[in-house]
Amino acid sequence: MGTVRIKDHWAEQRLFEQRALIATIVIVTLTAVLIGRLVVLQVMRYDYYAELSQGNRVRVEPLPAQRGLILDRNGKVLAENRPAFQLELVRERVPDVEKTLQGLVDIGVMQEDDLDDTLRLVRSRRSFESVPIRLRLTDEEIARFAVHRFEFPGVDIATRLTRWYPHGERAVHALGYVAAISEADVKKLEKEDQLSKYAGTSLIGKLGIEASYEEELHGTDGSRQILVNAAGKSVDKQGTLKADLPVKKSVAGRDVITSIDLPTELVAEQGLIGRRGAVVAIDPENGDVVALVSTPGFDPNPFTRGLTRAEYGALRENLDVPLLNRALRGQYPSGSTIKPGLALAGLVYHDVDPNATKFCPGIWRLPGSSLAFREGRTGRHGAMDLRHAIAKSCDVYFYGLANDIGVDNMAEFLGQFGFGSLTGIDISGEKPGLLPSKEWKRKTFKRPADQIWFPGETVNFGIGQGYFLVTPLQLAHYVSIIANRGTSYKPRLVIGVRDPATGEVKRFPAVKNEEIKNVSAEQWQIVTEGMAGTLRYGTAAAFAGKNMTYTIAGKTGTAQVFTVARNQSLDNQKTVSDRLRDHSWFIAFAPAEHPRIAVAVIVENGGFGSSIASPIARNVMDTYLLDANGQLKVPLPPGTVPLTPGPGYGPLTPGKGTAAAAAAPPKEDAPGTEAED
Amino acid sequence: MGIYEPIETGSRSQRTFTAAGRILGALKLDGPLLVGLGLITLYGFVILYSASGQSWNRVADAAIRAALGGTAMCVLAQVKPAFLRRLAPFLFVIGVILLIVVDITGHIGKGAQRWLSLGFFRFQPSEIMKLAVPMTCAWWLHDRPLPPSFASLVTLAVIILVPTGLTILQPDLGTGGLILIGGMMVVIMAGLQFRVIFALAAAGATAAWLAWEYVLYEYQKQRVFMLFDPEADKLGAGYHIIQSQIAIGSGGVFGKGLLNGSQGQLEFLPERTTDFIFAMVGEELGLLGATILLLLYLFVVGRALYLAVETQDTFARLLAGSIALTFFVYVFINTGMVSGLLPVVGVPLPLVSYGGTSMVTLLASFGILMSLYSHRKLVAS
Repeated sequence: MGTVRIKDHWAEQRLFEQRALIATIVIVTLTAVLIGRLVVLQVMRYDYYAELSQGNRVRVEPLPAQRGLILDRNGKVLAENRPAFQLELVRERVPDVEKTLQGLVDIGVMQEDDLDDTLRLVRSRRSFESVPIRLRLTDEEIARFAVHRFEFPGVDIATRLTRWYPHGERAVHALGYVAAISEADVKKLEKEDQLSKYAGTSLIGKLGIEASYEEELHGTDGSRQILVNAAGKSVDKQGTLKADLPVKKSVAGRDVITSIDLPTELVAEQGLIGRRGAVVAIDPENGDVVALVSTPGFDPNPFTRGLTRAEYGALRENLDVPLLNRALRGQYPSGSTIKPGLALAGLVYHDVDPNATKFCPGIWRLPGSSLAFREGRTGRHGAMDLRHAIAKSCDVYFYGLANDIGVDNMAEFLGQFGFGSLTGIDISGEKPGLLPSKEWKRKTFKRPADQIWFPGETVNFGIGQGYFLVTPLQLAHYVSIIANRGTSYKPRLVIGVRDPATGEVKRFPAVKNEEIKNVSAEQWQIVTEGMAGTLRYGTAAAFAGKNMTYTIAGKTGTAQVFTVARNQSLDNQKTVSDRLRDHSWFIAFAPAEHPRIAVAVIVENGGFGSSIASPIARNVMDTYLLDANGQLKVPLPPGTVPLTPGPGYGPLTPGKGTAAAAAAPPKEDAPGTEAED
Repeated sequence: MGIYEPIETGSRSQRTFTAAGRILGALKLDGPLLVGLGLITLYGFVILYSASGQSWNRVADAAIRAALGGTAMCVLAQVKPAFLRRLAPFLFVIGVILLIVVDITGHIGKGAQRWLSLGFFRFQPSEIMKLAVPMTCAWWLHDRPLPPSFASLVTLAVIILVPTGLTILQPDLGTGGLILIGGMMVVIMAGLQFRVIFALAAAGATAAWLAWEYVLYEYQKQRVFMLFDPEADKLGAGYHIIQSQIAIGSGGVFGKGLLNGSQGQLEFLPERTTDFIFAMVGEELGLLGATILLLLYLFVVGRALYLAVETQDTFARLLAGSIALTFFVYVFINTGMVSGLLPVVGVPLPLVSYGGTSMVTLLASFGILMSLYSHRKLVAS
């Protein structure tokens, strides 16, 4: 371009106009693109964005349903709800969840051990949901958090109703407990299509009545939609529009009325304090469980805040296994408590003459073999009829009887009392025990040599030793059947539910079991008389038979833990350590003429049967049956014939204690205190 | 056709119209452009009232700025284009010096050095450059033959790139880009050959890549990233884009109604009175309201381009064209950003976004445009 170019105004004007035209085209095109984009957003994707916008402004806040109370049979509260403070976290408002949790550990309101679980819990919840990360804060923890609150955005203290068991560890094995919903619970609820009811719930029944009646107790959580701004704060209006958002009310859970009689329950527990054992008391007329105790227990209250690993570990590793529900899951040899049942079997199958006496020399030889079976501890009883053999728990008598009846008849007969199968109580975890038979042995053992049932095993079975295993619940059930003379009901802890709003009570009907029909009234009477003798002149007379104002029919038992060689006579009380000592059993029902309560008590390693277990049972029965004046709360029906411990014994004279003992015993043994098993 | 000459023809309204035209003509203002700008400003007040949570203070504040801008516009409309032309290089030099001062000692505002405090008043020198650069470019080209020669282009490149670079250094990528665009518009309207434009575009792409690799700050890169995948960081950098698209999309065709947009009223929408105010329009007034606003802008740009074509000398044409097109670029960048077409850059919506000095500078530039048009020598017609 060597030449100087001259400005050509006309051409430049043309050039500019041309450029302006192109610019106009571009501008119109771009504006069209913009409007097109708006059409895409506002017309084509309207539904999508409208929903997102709704999700932004509205937060669903759960309204937890109030959990139903658990009441005893008279309306006393066994489990209730009370306000507690908990720490809640909203993931989206926390800059760094891991750091925050660590910080909470550092100020001492969370446990290092729980970090991983909590983190997983927080991440598993939906966004913008307030996740409880620590339940039931103590006052001190609240104070400590309050000081550091500003360091923890997104973490706040919330007041929620939480479960409270006013009696602590009392009745815990019947009530169970509630604890934080686990991942497994969530899966289960999802499967049962119940999860939607739990939107605002952090606790769920884990055991006992709390678990079995979860559906009644829990109710249905409701929800409330609230308007929130971008900071997540609830606002009551937006622009000129007031929030008018739907509320779904929660439905409170129903109160559960149990059959437990709190005073009786407490007395039973009192008796077992410091011991391992169980008490089950059943009303024979309907199967209602009056008391269900297993000791040692544990305090269920800490479970609602979540046990630390250390706390839970301590409970699990405790040698006394407090978490084990012995009443339902403890399987023990029955010991002599089975004798009344076998006496009935003898009457039914073998036509035993109840008045015929047999001589007890303290040892019994199996016919056709060299095997000798010894009397428990104290030598010989002399002449024994059926009633005395029960009352004095004569092993020799029952060795012979068992041998005469045979194992299969025994198994068949005892099976009617629920041994070897579940009683069907309305809380879960029950064990079936073990009812041996020839068939059972054949099926169970692998080696042919082991599959043979030996006559000696029948003999052992005769005094409740060997393979035969029972749970305390089964024994209580069994003694209730004897009490009610063949009629029985499924044991149950819950008798009804109450609507907390209307107070309307719905009672569940008792479920009757099949009746035992092959035992005559007379046969029931004979065995009951024998059992009454236990308290009057037999093995429990000294320990539980004093100052009776009503007739008790009972039976002591000793379950061997340490097997003594058959031909040896060993006083194992002295030679074995505490934990290998015999378990002490006592079963009873009262009043014998018209039974209202049937009890089974076991004291693990309690040693000889009657001395420890029978007073507990006596206290339980007294508490349940007697009023403040020592009289029966429910008097015997008029015209009731007083039951005597058998021929030769007079009726009980109220107020005179063991006066009956003065009556002449028919046999050479003095009635009363000779403890025998 | 003097202003005092009696009007005797036409209906009553026609006469009023003619009278208004004469008055405006005497004031060197352009009626249609004034109406367009006024409507947009009023529209802005309405939406600002809603976006600010019904704060009359904000609206009053915006009105004061509009009044200031309007005054600047009227004053500048009186200034003869020749004076503006002679002023251009001085303005440019002063602007560059101020930019350097800001770069070195500028106060820290929003994490970047953009402001220069004059005690009672803080202003951004880069804002001046938005006008000074196209003015200087047009000044440089006004007596040179068009399309510009290579030597001219080199000079123009210096005029444009020095302030652009200084502004980006602040760092203020958005304003830097706008200065660049303002200058480029002059050059393009001056008839720069399309092959050169394409070559420059290619060079620009390369430069962008280099800038990406070596120059851009992390937050600037983040903004570009977010355009492509806003979901990647919902509560971080992608939040703006997601929330503004939710706002616009949920507005539908007719909108949720003024004051009833939940995204805006409940503060989910960030920067709702400033850069993201267009999302408020989309949410509360719908596709209809947003389209009306866009058409108002289109009208203003169209009218401005028409005035540019009608001017008679090179300086006026180039500067007026640049003002018109730059205005559109602002609109497009802002609305494109808010609706998710473009990356998030800090460009306000002209005349509607609250705050800053942009209202004043924009109206001032339209004042210049009117001056350029109304001071043309009327050749025999």
